[in-house]
Amino acid sequence: MKTLEELLAIKAKAQANITTRESADGSADVTRIVVGMATCGIAAGARPVLNGFVDEVAKRNLKNVTVSQTGCIGMCQYEPIVEVFAPGKEKVTYIKMTPDKIARVVADHIVNGNPVTEYTVASLTE
Amino acid sequence: MRELSLNVLDITENSVSAGASLIEIDVLEDTKSKTLSIIIRDNGRGMSEETLKSVKDPFYTTRTTRKVGMGIPLFKMAAEMTGGSLELQSELGVGTVISAHFRTDSIDFTPLGDIDATILMLITMHEEIDFVYRFKIDENEFVLKTADLKAILGGVSFNETEVRAWLKDYISEQTQIIRGGVT
Repeated sequence: MKTLEELLAIKAKAQANITTRESADGSADVTRIVVGMATCGIAAGARPVLNGFVDEVAKRNLKNVTVSQTGCIGMCQYEPIVEVFAPGKEKVTYIKMTPDKIARVVADHIVNGNPVTEYTVASLTE
Repeated sequence: MRELSLNVLDITENSVSAGASLIEIDVLEDTKSKTLSIIIRDNGRGMSEETLKSVKDPFYTTRTTRKVGMGIPLFKMAAEMTGGSLELQSELGVGTVISAHFRTDSIDFTPLGDIDATILMLITMHEEIDFVYRFKIDENEFVLKTADLKAILGGVSFNETEVRAWLKDYISEQTQIIRGGVT
C-alpha cells in the first residue's frame, strides 16, 4: 500500500536532485515531445501514447526531454499525432502513433537523433 | 470514444482551456439503481447563455483548426444512448458544471475504462490546477485532492519520476479498494 508518509520520503529524496534538473529546464538543449490531445487525438488513442512516452523517458532516465500535450494539430485523420522539437533541428511530426512504436522513436530519434521516417507525416508523400 | 474515461479526459480539457484553477471530477456509481454519474465542475470563465445553447451542437466549436466540435455532443450521445442524460450549467465568470448520467444496465452503456490513467494524466499535465477527484461506488468513496499532495511535496513536481510512479500506484490501489478488490 502506498502511503502519504512514503510520498514525504520521496519528496526529500527528490529535492536533493532538483537543483541539477532546474538548470536543464528551459535551456536550449531540451527536446520536446508534444502529443495532440484534443477530442480527435483522444478518440484515436493519444492517452496511452502520451503516457507511454512519459514512461519510456522515465525508464531510460533521459534528462533534457519533456513530454507535454497540445490541442488539435489540424490533421485529425492522422491522429494520434506526436511532434518532436529537438534543439537545432526541424520539427518532426509522427502520425498514427501507437504505444508499440514509442520505444523505437525514443531510441532512434530522441536518443540517437535519427527520426523514424516511416512513422512520420513525410512518409505520406512517398 | 471507446471508454467513458476518455470522454472525461476530453471534457476536462475544456475546463483547462477555460482557465480554471480548480476542477472537481466526480465519478459516482450506484449499483442498486444501476446508475453512473460523472460530474465535472470548474471555476473557469464560464459560458454565456448563447454559447451554452450552441455547445451541444457538433457544428459549434471554439477551435480554429476545423469547423466541428465533437467533445460535448459525443459525451451527450454516450449518456443518452443508455437512457440517461447530460446537463450543462454555466455562468460567465463563475464556472461550468457538466453532469452526465448513465444507466449501467443498458446494452449501450460504454464502460468507464481506465479512469485512473485519465486522472493521472490530468493532474500531471496540469499541475498548476487543483483537482479534486471523487470516485464513489455506493457507500465507498476515495477522494484525491491534489492541493493536499502539493502541500506534502512542497514544490517537488508530480512529474518527478518517483512521484509520478507513487501517484499512479496510489490512485490504482485506492480505486481498487473502492471497487472491492483485494490489494
